[in-house]
Order: sequence, then structure tokens, then C-alpha cells
Amino acid sequence: MKVNESITTANCQLPTANCLLEARNISVNYGGRVAVADVSLRAMPGEVIAIIGPNGAGKSSLLRALNGAISISSGEILLDGQPLNSFARRVVGRRIAVVAQEAELRFPVTVMEFVLGGRYAWSSTGAFGWETERDVEVARAVLKETELESFASRLLSELSGGERQRAVLARALATEASVLLLDEPTANLDLAHQAALLRLVRERCLERSSAAVVVTHDINLAAEFADGVLLLMKGRTLAFGKPREVLTPELLQEVFEIEVLVDAHPVTGAPRITPVHIRSVPES
Amino acid sequence: MAIARQSEILRGARSTLRRTIIICLALLLVLLLTIVVSSVIGAERLPFASSLCALFSGGNSSCGLTPEQSAILFEIRLPRILLAASVGASLATAGAGYQALLRNPLAEPYLLGISNGAAVGTMVSLVFFGTGQTSEWLRPVMAFVGAIGSSFVVYQLARGRTGASPEKLILAGVIVTTFLSSVIVFITTMMDATRIRSFTFWLLGDLSGASTNLLTIAIIAAIFGGIVLTLHARSLNLMMLGERDAFDLGVEVERVRLIVFLGASLLVGASVASSGSVGYVGLVIPHLVRLSVGSDNRTVIPSAAFAGALFVIIADTIARTIIAPRELPVGAITALIGAPLFIFLLRRG
Repeated sequence: MKVNESITTANCQLPTANCLLEARNISVNYGGRVAVADVSLRAMPGEVIAIIGPNGAGKSSLLRALNGAISISSGEILLDGQPLNSFARRVVGRRIAVVAQEAELRFPVTVMEFVLGGRYAWSSTGAFGWETERDVEVARAVLKETELESFASRLLSELSGGERQRAVLARALATEASVLLLDEPTANLDLAHQAALLRLVRERCLERSSAAVVVTHDINLAAEFADGVLLLMKGRTLAFGKPREVLTPELLQEVFEIEVLVDAHPVTGAPRITPVHIRSVPES
Repeated sequence: MAIARQSEILRGARSTLRRTIIICLALLLVLLLTIVVSSVIGAERLPFASSLCALFSGGNSSCGLTPEQSAILFEIRLPRILLAASVGASLATAGAGYQALLRNPLAEPYLLGISNGAAVGTMVSLVFFGTGQTSEWLRPVMAFVGAIGSSFVVYQLARGRTGASPEKLILAGVIVTTFLSSVIVFITTMMDATRIRSFTFWLLGDLSGASTNLLTIAIIAAIFGGIVLTLHARSLNLMMLGERDAFDLGVEVERVRLIVFLGASLLVGASVASSGSVGYVGLVIPHLVRLSVGSDNRTVIPSAAFAGALFVIIADTIARTIIAPRELPVGAITALIGAPLFIFLLRRG
């Protein structure tokens, strides 16, 4: 696919370019503290971009700025080539979906009700609008994709952490947005579901020419599933490129301050990162 | 089995509107029946058939009621029942609104001190502008302002990243309530002694003293506020699960929050100005409604309006008959039912 070449070379300003989402030199400040400084990234159709970096590097802030949930202090964000803030909230809700870390639940809602929430931005008769048949169809389809069909009428609070995480993903997919922003989507999932979730995101991106930006701590999953990796440290971009170019021992050591071994995965050939833990126990 | 369940879900989502209409119509029917029954019950028992006939003729025919009985029915009981209905509807819908906004099923105008804010507004208006006819419209306005002020303070005190935790919210409510209580005591001392007793009664929630103007205002506010909240119910469905998620999904969170706060404050202001602080309605009713119809605010808010009206009418009928010919403030009855439920909800977390 040509998407891989686009990561570092694409110019979104060209009329032929087809960038879904682009951030140009954006900065985010909290009070006086700089959380994100001068970061640029772009997501083309079909691409999965991973944002990695140590705790407090500004990964989540960057992700949240991409749909306007956090306001930027400088730079600009373009959605389909237009400034993000020129769109109505409802339109952004149809184009960009967010999978956040799960929220607290104090009201009993069923999985179906929860997932139908993803159809909010599509309601035509105003905020009061009732779901259409199409809304229900879409919701059922994403429940099937996330293997939650049999949970549809269960209460969200009765689900396990992993199932709930999938429900959050299902709601985001129900928006049919062309850009998915995921904040540590695999945090509560077991090994099989981690891979399944990212495979699902990957497939959606290819099938529907949509793009995903994923914040993750799992570098190996990023290496496996991402077309582009943005390495963030103290709010600044240290590297942005293909996994092979970014996930080098030198860069990872600089960012995480731990010795790592990088080799090729014997099956997939993707970079495989193994931290080297030197034990202080003397050999006998 | 699986197919049956799927079609059930499909039907479920499509028929939410129909279900809401059916529930509301059923509640309306029960409400009308209760209005009729409670209007003949009281210290002076009215003949049922004749009262029914008089009610349905709209007062044009006496139907065998004495002029005295007719006056009791149309000038005392019916206005009072209509006031109870609008106060109950207002407080129940306002409670559901605050609960969604504060993301907490324990939020209630009385417990959060919002009713006290409205009471302070009403009292300020009474003390500084008098009780005359011309200043009557000022009371609900001042009560509205008081409700907005106190709900703003509670919201600021209790809000956190994931919404107000129950403990923090209750604590914020206690702070606001006790502060405003001392303001109320202070204002009471500025009143003349003969009026203090009726004020104490009014503070506990009293439906006996409202004028026709205040009744009209209470009815209009209940209908208008209820519609405003219902129109934002789908947004509230998302906001009660997290404001940021709601924002991501396309809700204009700040606009909806402002409108719902204003709408709920209007509801509380109008009911406090006309009948004092009737407690726990906004807690009991949305809770019971959610238990039976689920959490969808598009069903919960309109159903709560009818159920709240029903609840306060029944509570007031008890309040004016249980030790007849003397009366209890209706707030005493609602608190008697609401406080144990509140403890139960708090313990359950």
C-alpha cells in the first residue's frame, strides 16, 4: 500500500493530498505548564498512527487536542483540509470518534443504549430525536464486530472491564467517523483481546479508508499494527515515521531511559522490543 | 433464543417513543383520577357523585352541592391540588435534570440547598418589596435567581474530573444548605412576629397559601421547564455518563448544561415561591421512575413529571387529612418517605 510512504512525505496542502486529520505545530498549555509543544502529525486514509512515550509525555493531551476537547494555544488542526473549529460540534462528532479510558457509571444503562449514544450526532430532529432504524442497524453491526451481540440488553455495569472496554469501542465505531482517536484502548484487555481490538481498528481503517490515532504504552503492539509511530518526550516530537525508523534502540533508550533490545519478530518481521532488565543479584 | 433476543432489542429501540407515550398516558389517567378522588377527601367530606358531576361541568352546574361545598371544591381544594401537581412535576423533573448534570442519582434540589437558595430569594422579595399584589410576580423571579445562585455554587464545589462523587456532592449540599439556613434565620428576625409561624410552615413546604397568580406561574413554569428539560433529554443521556464523552460524541456540552441549569432553576424557583421547600420529591420520583422504565431521560423526565405530580397530591392529601381539622406541612410527609430512601441509596453507593 502507498499509505506507508505517505507518513513522512505527504503534503496535506497539495490539492491531490487526502489527509483526514492533520495537526500543524500544535502546542497545549495547562496554566503555565507546557504539555504539548510544537507537534505535527497527519493521518491519511487507511493509516494507523501510534503515539508512544513515557508517562507524562503529553500523549493524552495531544490526542484530546485533536478533536478539540482540549484547546490548543498555537498551531492549527485541519479536518479534511478545513480548520477544525470551523465545524459545528455535531459535525466533528460524526467525523472524529474517541475511545477514552472508561468513565464512572452511576446510572444503569444497557449496552444497546450505550452504543446507540454513538448515533447522537446523526440525529436529524435535534437533540431530542429518537433513534432511526438505521441507527439500530449500525449499532447491531458494531456490536457484532466487537463480539458483544449477546450483551446488548445487559447492563453496562454488569460487564467485565474488558467487555466494557469493547462497548466503549463499539460506541465509537457506531459514530461511523472517519477518524478514530484511541486512548490506551488495550489497557484492560487480555492478550487475545488486545490483538483482536487493534486488528479490528486496522481492518476498519482499510475497509472504510478511515484513520486511527492510538495512544499506547504497548510498544510491541504499536510496532505490529501501526503504519506510523510518533515518539513523544516532554511534549515534543522526538521522531515520527515508520515503526522501523522510530523504534530503534537509541531512540527508545533516550526516551524511556532503559536499555532495550530491538530485533525482528520471527513471524511478522515487525520490530520487536524487549527491555533488558539487569538484575543486581551477583552470579554465584 | 438469540434471534428472539435480537428482534426484541430492535423493537426495544424503535418503540422507546411509543413506550414513553403509553407510560405518560397511563400516568396521566391515574393523575386525573387522583385529582378527582383527593378533591372530595378532606376535613369536610364532599359527596362523591355530585362533586364529580360539578368537576366535569366545570363549575357551571351545582349538581346538588351546596354553595358552601362548591366553594370548598373550586376555591380551596382544586387550586391546592393543581398547585401540588405543578410543584410535584417541577421538583421531580428538576431532580432528574440535576442528577443528569451532576452525574449523580443523589442530586436533589432540597438536599443540595437549591430550594433554600430559592427560599432566600423569595424571603428577600417578601421583606424588601412587601406582600402586595404588585410585588407578587417578583417572588418567583427572586426565587429563580436564588436557585440559579445556589445551584451554581453547589456545582462549582462538587465538580471533579469524573463528575461529582456522592460524598463530595452531599458535603457541598450540606455547606450550601446550612449557610443559606442561617441567612433564612437572619431574614426571619427582620419579619414581624405574627408572620413567623406561617413562614416556618412555608419553609417546610406548604401548599395552602398560594394566590391565583402564584398558582398560574407555578403551572406555566412546570409545563415550560418540563418541556425544556425533555427536549434536552438525549443530550443529558450522554452527559450523565461523562461530559467529555458527550462532547466527543457531538453534544454542545456547555450550551446544554446552561439551558438545563436554567430550566431546573426555573422549576425549583417557581415551586418554592408558591409553596416553600418540599423536600425529597426530586430524589424519590426519578429513582422510582428509573427503576421501572430504565435510565433513558427521554422517558424518565416526562414520566417523572406525571409521577411527581401524583406523589405530591397524595402526600398533601395525607398532610391535610391525617390530623384533620389541623394540617401538616406537605414537606413533612415527603421527607418521611424520602429520607429513608435516601439513606438506602447512600448505603448502596
